[in-house]
Amino acid sequence: MAALILETRGLTKTYAGVTANQDVDFALPQGQIRALIGPNGAGKSTFVGMLCGRIPATRGTVLFDGKDISHLPAHKRIALGIAYTFQITSVFAGLSVRENIALAARRAGGDDARVDEVLARVALSDRAEQTAGDLSYGHQRILEIGMGLAQTPRLFILDEPTQGLAESEVAEFKALITGLRDTTILLIEHNMSVVMETAQFITVLNHGEILAEGTPDDIRANSHVQAAYLGTEDA
Amino acid sequence: MDRALTLHLAIIAALALAFFILPAYHAGNLARIMVLAIYAMGYNLAFGYTGLLSLGHALFFGAGMYGLSLSMQHLGTPTLPALAIALACAAVVAGVVGALALRTKGVAFMIVTLMFAQAGYLVALYFSEWTRGEEGFVLPQTMRQIAGIDLTTAMGRYFAALVLFAITLLIIGHIVRAPFGRTLIAIRENEARATMLGYDVQRLKWIALVISGTISGLAGATYALLFGYAGASFAAVPYSILPLLYVLLGGAGTTLGPLIGAAFMIYLFDLSADITDAYMLIAGVVLVLLTMFLPQGILGTLRARRFKWLP
Amino acid sequence: MDFGPHLMLAMLEGAVTAAILALTAMGLSVVFGVMRVVNVAHGEFYMLGAVIAWFVATTLGTHPAVGFVAALVIAPLVVGALAAAADKLILQHIDYDPERTIVATIGLLYIIQQGTLMTFGPDASPVEPPFNHRIALPWFEWGEDGFAFYYPWGLSITSYKLFVIVAAALILVALYLFMTRTKAGLIMRATQQDSQMAQAFGIPVSKVYALVFGLGAALAAIGAVLVVPIQQAHYLMGHDPLLLSFIVVIIGGLGSLPGTVIAALLIGMSDGVISVFFSPTLAKIMATLAVAMVLVFRPQGLLGKKAH
Repeated sequence: MAALILETRGLTKTYAGVTANQDVDFALPQGQIRALIGPNGAGKSTFVGMLCGRIPATRGTVLFDGKDISHLPAHKRIALGIAYTFQITSVFAGLSVRENIALAARRAGGDDARVDEVLARVALSDRAEQTAGDLSYGHQRILEIGMGLAQTPRLFILDEPTQGLAESEVAEFKALITGLRDTTILLIEHNMSVVMETAQFITVLNHGEILAEGTPDDIRANSHVQAAYLGTEDA
Repeated sequence: MDRALTLHLAIIAALALAFFILPAYHAGNLARIMVLAIYAMGYNLAFGYTGLLSLGHALFFGAGMYGLSLSMQHLGTPTLPALAIALACAAVVAGVVGALALRTKGVAFMIVTLMFAQAGYLVALYFSEWTRGEEGFVLPQTMRQIAGIDLTTAMGRYFAALVLFAITLLIIGHIVRAPFGRTLIAIRENEARATMLGYDVQRLKWIALVISGTISGLAGATYALLFGYAGASFAAVPYSILPLLYVLLGGAGTTLGPLIGAAFMIYLFDLSADITDAYMLIAGVVLVLLTMFLPQGILGTLRARRFKWLP
Repeated sequence: MDFGPHLMLAMLEGAVTAAILALTAMGLSVVFGVMRVVNVAHGEFYMLGAVIAWFVATTLGTHPAVGFVAALVIAPLVVGALAAAADKLILQHIDYDPERTIVATIGLLYIIQQGTLMTFGPDASPVEPPFNHRIALPWFEWGEDGFAFYYPWGLSITSYKLFVIVAAALILVALYLFMTRTKAGLIMRATQQDSQMAQAFGIPVSKVYALVFGLGAALAAIGAVLVVPIQQAHYLMGHDPLLLSFIVVIIGGLGSLPGTVIAALLIGMSDGVISVFFSPTLAKIMATLAVAMVLVFRPQGLLGKKAH
């Protein structure tokens, strides 16, 4: 089994007495594509927010590459090789597409050639000079993913990347993700077809705790998971 | 050579020519405009490019002004070392204020900078034994020279202002197109995203504020040097509002907006002086109209509509 | 004079300052609480209140009490209406964006202040108090005959100043009842909780905002009408109340009404006490730095609760 790139121990977040995550012990081996699923309000975004340092944990430990990064500020965690895309589209709206990618690439030591390479990879080359804020919603999401790629991350955390994308764009996304080499991926996703087709392993969060973990087939067959979804998703 | 640099050099050349073409009165006005444009360019780096809406830059302007004038007046320091002292004062003050104020954001940042500047103004009043308070003091004419060039003549004053203006414009023009400046713009556009790309946003904002404060201090020192006077009113609240006004009018986040805004406002003040002493009334009206109808300012609107390449 | 009597006088004077300050700061606090914007022109509404009070009193020219009562009604109404108009014309137009609102109200500050300079002039003008009896204050000592009261020379306050304290307290109580017991107050507090939700429930949010902005300015104007018989009307007089109101609202916790009253007492009293013993400039330096430090290190205010 591959070495763990990311591990959490007892990771907990409470907001004014309300628990968002309770003692989450989580382990992610290098190179895996992992999906993090769960009903709305299960604490998925809070959990990944604590991984990359956007949200301070109430207690618990985050290990990256075996090193304790719990006390590092977000930008230092990113510098270690983590990339994160926001749930709500978050690009530099006033800057060109190329500059958006360049800002991401530059921090990771990438040059202009790298920027061109990423632009080609996410099929935004012909829109490189457009202002990011003028792009369609779908293209803005793809630009976000492109920015993540330009960071050449070792761990890429994506928070609901396919939300609001058209069928064809979702298909492109799947191809993009499965085509990545040397990158561990942690994917929050509601679209079950994306989860089942891309993820090698799935973690299910419910009420801030890990409900189940397993391969896509295990999870599909798990009655607890079905109950959690049926119990809350439709409410 | 690219268009932006060409434009900057052309403006500098035009300003050099203007001294010989314009009547003496307007050349004198232009010297003052250039000094205040330096101030506004410094302010613009924080507000226009980094998105830090400070209401306290008079503190940095005042630190530069007093750094130079007090050391010349009371210690007999020659011009160039006094200028260095002025820049150091402004940089240190900006560094300390930045370290504290940048822990806040938005409205709180505005109020904190306003309060620090107000405290600085009161300190100038408190030590009126040396600063002569609001009344201020006049710098000895014999001391106002650099390397034998007399800064009290119209020509010496104009070209000293132009040289410092040109240096500042070229530096700012370089910064905002270099990776550092592009990152500042990214912070202005979306701070959270910049952090999640791995940029140390707090540190970059601090550096931007220190550079901004130092340039503002340069303007304050230059003002005292060229016009021979230092007084506490230059550290008071209206002097924090004026660069905001110039930058908003000319176009925040444009390299030439500060010059255009300063020129426009100073001539507007000048014209209104015939009608009323209450020149800040004009400032108030323009501020309200700008926020309501032209938030991007003159050059910002031009850039959005027509000239995307404008620096 | 000894330290004890001196301190008592300072505290009484401080209570007058605190009373006026509580009214003025409450105006700023109500506006911030409901609309989430900072009105930098607040001090100018205060100044306008004083100038209008002077204008009403001199125009009527009868017994000072008549002019005073008339001013107490007219000044807040006029100032409130002006503020509501400014809200409709300017703030609504920029959608109450917090930063742009500050810039716009800075503009408004200069328009009002310099406009007053052009019409009212640069001189300070007094308004006669409606009544003004000197009340000597007693002090006590342990003498050879034991405990005894006496009246130290110069230790006195006027009946008008005592009236200011009582009047301000009554107005604050009335405001509290208005906010908690009336339908209009309820609507304001609903808008404060969630303006979008309020809109969805059919509350005319833009009208509420104009009213609140007017109410905030009117409170400042009432404070100014009360103060103008003690301190003359002048076009630059809005500066200190603005600064002090900021201090109060920030220390009391932005938008918290009880916090505002407590902080006004604290600041008003200490301002009176401090300025007796220290140079006023030094006191102001310390006060401004204190505000900055509170915002930097305890943004929820000294008295406010922490959000998380």
